[in-house]
Amino acid sequence: MKIYIRGIGNISPQRTFDNDEFLDEVVNHEGNRLNLVAPPYKEILNPRLMRRMSKIIKMGVAAAKICLDESEIEMPDAIIIGTAMGCVKDTETFLKAYGPEESSLITPTAFIRSTHNTVGGQIALLLKCNQYNFTYVHRGFSFESAVLDGILKLKEGEGNHILVGGVDEMTDNSYLIKGHLGKLKPELQNSLDLFNTKSPGISAGEGSIFFLLSNQENEKNYAELSGLFMVYKPKSQTEIQMALQHVLKPKDLELKDIDAIIIGKNGDQDQDALYDEFLQEIQIDVPVLGYKHLCGEYETSSAFALWLAAKVIKEQNIPKSTIIKNIDKNSGMKHVLIYNHYRSVNHSFYLVSTCS
Amino acid sequence: MSQDIWVTGMGTISSIGLNVEESYASLLKGETGIAPMRYLETRFKEEYPVGEVKLSNDELKHIIQPTTPIISRTILLGAIAAKEAVKSAGIHDPNEFRTGFISATSVGGMDISENVYQEYLTNGTIDDLPYMGIHDCGSSTEIIADLLGINDFVSTISTACSSSANSIMFGARLIKQGILERVIVGGTDALTRFTLNGFNSLKIVDKEQCQPFDANRRGLNLGEGAGFIVLESDALVQKTGKKPLCKLGGYGNTNDAFHQTASSPTGDGAANAMRKAMKIANVNPQDISYINVHGTGTPNNDLSEGNALMQIFGDQVPVCSSTKAFTGHTLGAAGGIEAVFSVLALQNQAVFPNMYLDTPISEHNFIPNQEFRHHEINHVLSNSLGFGGNCSALLFSKN
Repeated sequence: MKIYIRGIGNISPQRTFDNDEFLDEVVNHEGNRLNLVAPPYKEILNPRLMRRMSKIIKMGVAAAKICLDESEIEMPDAIIIGTAMGCVKDTETFLKAYGPEESSLITPTAFIRSTHNTVGGQIALLLKCNQYNFTYVHRGFSFESAVLDGILKLKEGEGNHILVGGVDEMTDNSYLIKGHLGKLKPELQNSLDLFNTKSPGISAGEGSIFFLLSNQENEKNYAELSGLFMVYKPKSQTEIQMALQHVLKPKDLELKDIDAIIIGKNGDQDQDALYDEFLQEIQIDVPVLGYKHLCGEYETSSAFALWLAAKVIKEQNIPKSTIIKNIDKNSGMKHVLIYNHYRSVNHSFYLVSTCS
Repeated sequence: MSQDIWVTGMGTISSIGLNVEESYASLLKGETGIAPMRYLETRFKEEYPVGEVKLSNDELKHIIQPTTPIISRTILLGAIAAKEAVKSAGIHDPNEFRTGFISATSVGGMDISENVYQEYLTNGTIDDLPYMGIHDCGSSTEIIADLLGINDFVSTISTACSSSANSIMFGARLIKQGILERVIVGGTDALTRFTLNGFNSLKIVDKEQCQPFDANRRGLNLGEGAGFIVLESDALVQKTGKKPLCKLGGYGNTNDAFHQTASSPTGDGAANAMRKAMKIANVNPQDISYINVHGTGTPNNDLSEGNALMQIFGDQVPVCSSTKAFTGHTLGAAGGIEAVFSVLALQNQAVFPNMYLDTPISEHNFIPNQEFRHHEINHVLSNSLGFGGNCSALLFSKN
């Protein structure tokens, strides 16, 4: 069975919410924090309901809506979310509300919204969708688990259209804490310069990116999602290479069949060394694309890479702003490989191919 | 080859026992774990009784001997139950077959991070911030997986009070699709001030022992604990010749899509989850011998869930009971703990009492089972329902 990406809704620190654009103009963010470029929410969401939504619910529901609209699917057969940190802002609000005093007079609103499955529940509520509803919350495997579940659903014959999303928000406090813990790159002035630095630390990002996975051929389809594999704490480069074979072999593909590679470099020199090792090992002369200078590092950022791969395949065009290693390639691209790891712990591969 | 999914091991810890044996003894004797709070530091210490595991963090650490000092109660409880499950399944080398660990939690490391975070938010104190590294849900799964030596596959689910039923379901599906050969599935949640204050603000915490399915029920008691079971493929059970405890025949997951926190009055979400589970297991409603209901003790849940039962079973509602009066509502761990209880029901051909039920709910045409008794059990349904409209049902069957 082939699994296709029918539609996408991408709200990120770039102007990606408009599916007619493809990084035509790139947004630079000052310093090491990349905030969302918000879509015109009022045009997407019911303004009456929107007023009651916190940021992560808004970005989650809106990206899901953009995705479903583009896919021309009103009712998905499952809603599956990956969110490593869940509703951080509401969690903070509630922590502050009960505080050390533990007052009994506080309202439950923030508590209700703080549960990790809030975005998935809200989408179901707005669509009146009684189907399968899941939320994965595992660090750099959150979005991967959601996608894998979507693939299982289609293979089980439990539906034809599965809505899958990766959603994580950055709050002022979570950003400050990352800084206190020494995880950020202090000297970064412009987010787009990320790959020109040689030091530890990352730039922090956020995003809400949804995909409609379908088992049906359709002229709207972006691409085929032809492979996904996760590796937890690989002990060596050999283990990483074995994982790569897990996405290539089932499709009878070899390294030479890959036309472009998207890697998850995040600017941290130690973490990025793994990507260099990986590229050295596979030794293929294809364009190498980066994306975390555009969306920042966060647990579900591989959703941005999946968006990028699907767009590259559909448009047969590699945006200049994503190129780390340039090889002229603007046509005939059949297979794009994504390799991402989160903090060297959660490694994942995706393979995205042309539909035919 | 058969697609059957076998349960080959289990482990649990909660206020009624530190392991499966102790838990079963409490279920048999009708001894509740609900008691005055001992360990959770909160203003409500005198006000609310809870289902607390009767050991301090230091005592729990003594059992599990973690390698890192930065650890939460959620991790400690989960590690103890998961280790028991692995041991009872007779797994010596987790890397011998492709093995996964899928956990579920609603609070993650909140029992530690709520203190650190509040200090930070109130006083700007940053010394303890490294503890924030175990705040997220996934960290508890990774630390337990590392303790067990499992690295083929890890994942974490958080769907409020249905979390660990969903991790069991996900594990079963991964085996059916050939992605894993065996998997340890379930969930863990510790008591926190965060959840206590949350449920207090919702005004659904009972100041006395909770009374699920009683007409005069006042709300839930919060609890804590962990429950894990080991699932193996039919091929692997054939190969190793292991004698399974029972079969996980079916599972269903739906969304009520009614309200962010409340269940629909008709209980459609719960009913559809049970129907799906029976369909996958190819079992008819009249074949269900026992239902371990979600039965939290809140006015809304029990009325709605009972209506869901009547929707499916009409005037033939099978023997059912809520075990929440024993353990309290253990939130993200409830589905895992009650999966263990469901396996115990099959193993011992016994049903557990729905304790403290004095007056049945007048809208219902059935009365939950009120005493421990032996009974022929072939198929058990276990329900887990949560915020966000998440409804799940698991169906366990005799070998």
